[in-house]
Amino acid sequence: MAVTSAPLRILIGKVGLDGHDRGVKLIARALRDAGMEVIYTGLHQTPEQVVNTAIQEDVDAIGLSILSGAHNTLFRRVLELLKEQGAEDIALFGGGIIPDEDVTTLTADGVKALFRPGAPMQEIVTFVKGLKSHG
Amino acid sequence: MSPLGPHPSLCDIHDLMNLAEQVRAGNIRAVSRLISLLEDHPGGREALRLLNSTSRGTRVIGVTGYPGAGKSTVVNCLVNFYRRQGLKVGVLAVDISSSVTGGALLGDRIRMQEHTLDHGVYIRSMATRGHHGGLAQATGDAALVLEAAGYDVILIETIGVGQNEVDIVDVAHIVVAVVAPGLGDEIQAMKAGLLEVAHIIVVNKGDLPDADNTLRDLREWCPNVLRTVATTGEGISELAAAMTVYQQSRDVGHIGEARNC
Repeated sequence: MAVTSAPLRILIGKVGLDGHDRGVKLIARALRDAGMEVIYTGLHQTPEQVVNTAIQEDVDAIGLSILSGAHNTLFRRVLELLKEQGAEDIALFGGGIIPDEDVTTLTADGVKALFRPGAPMQEIVTFVKGLKSHG
Repeated sequence: MSPLGPHPSLCDIHDLMNLAEQVRAGNIRAVSRLISLLEDHPGGREALRLLNSTSRGTRVIGVTGYPGAGKSTVVNCLVNFYRRQGLKVGVLAVDISSSVTGGALLGDRIRMQEHTLDHGVYIRSMATRGHHGGLAQATGDAALVLEAAGYDVILIETIGVGQNEVDIVDVAHIVVAVVAPGLGDEIQAMKAGLLEVAHIIVVNKGDLPDADNTLRDLREWCPNVLRTVATTGEGISELAAAMTVYQQSRDVGHIGEARNC
């Protein structure tokens, strides 16, 4: 296998109490199949765990699935912690059942993208690949 | 110390010296970035020289074994054990890269989540990136980085191995092979490969009905065979004690060339 450039490293996981992980596993698998190194943390992560893991693993981006309705609190907390750690260069994106108005405010606050049910897998993969060029 | 830029370059000596200084100070981001540089640039070992690392007596423990035998769970128990002794622990957990796409799903740390918020534990997942032998090419270098950053014990978990992935022997001071009951009879223990290079063999999932048979078969050929149930922690302090005994005997030259099996 010829490795021509460093693969993207992406943390994928779920935060909070929701245990619906079929979608997040599909995303992890799709990013793996697109040639990325996916650090899969599994369920029930706290924002603190996510950010510590992201820093230890030196990931390019964090992708979180939130289906519990707690997206506003949890995404913002992750952004806050990244800032506290001086790690704002790690991109944050996510997916879940998120109303339009929350998508608008969360992306304004710094979440790079939010994907909702029905988002084509290719769109998500293309978005994540595009993060590399932003360095 | 200047603050770390987001992407230190291997070509910039000032970047590297700053990075090395921060690694020695135990800065986690610096440790992570230096490991990434060493992973992404196999020629980047120059960076290691800047660490000016002298051996601190760090113990490097390799944990290898068959896929699904419980390596990550055993590693998690060992992290617990050494943390209770007040030691700083680094974990390098290697998983395989796809030979088709180059991608990897790195999932070992799922079994080690209780340590995510412990500042005395650093866990890094590494993909093999086409390297054969059970480790990533940069795993040995990453261990040197962790040593320089002040970790007392480094646990290296290999990919789930077959019979020919034995690079861990060159990197670790001691190699523990984790097997599970029911994966073969004593003939497997007679073959060359994994069980031959391990200093200690652990029969994990030792509460399964077949465990007694597996222990008996292996003990015919290997002196250092222990039983663990990593999900409950049973047998872990005995494993740690056996490792200490092995290392003490090695330190005073009693083992020499001899292998356990």
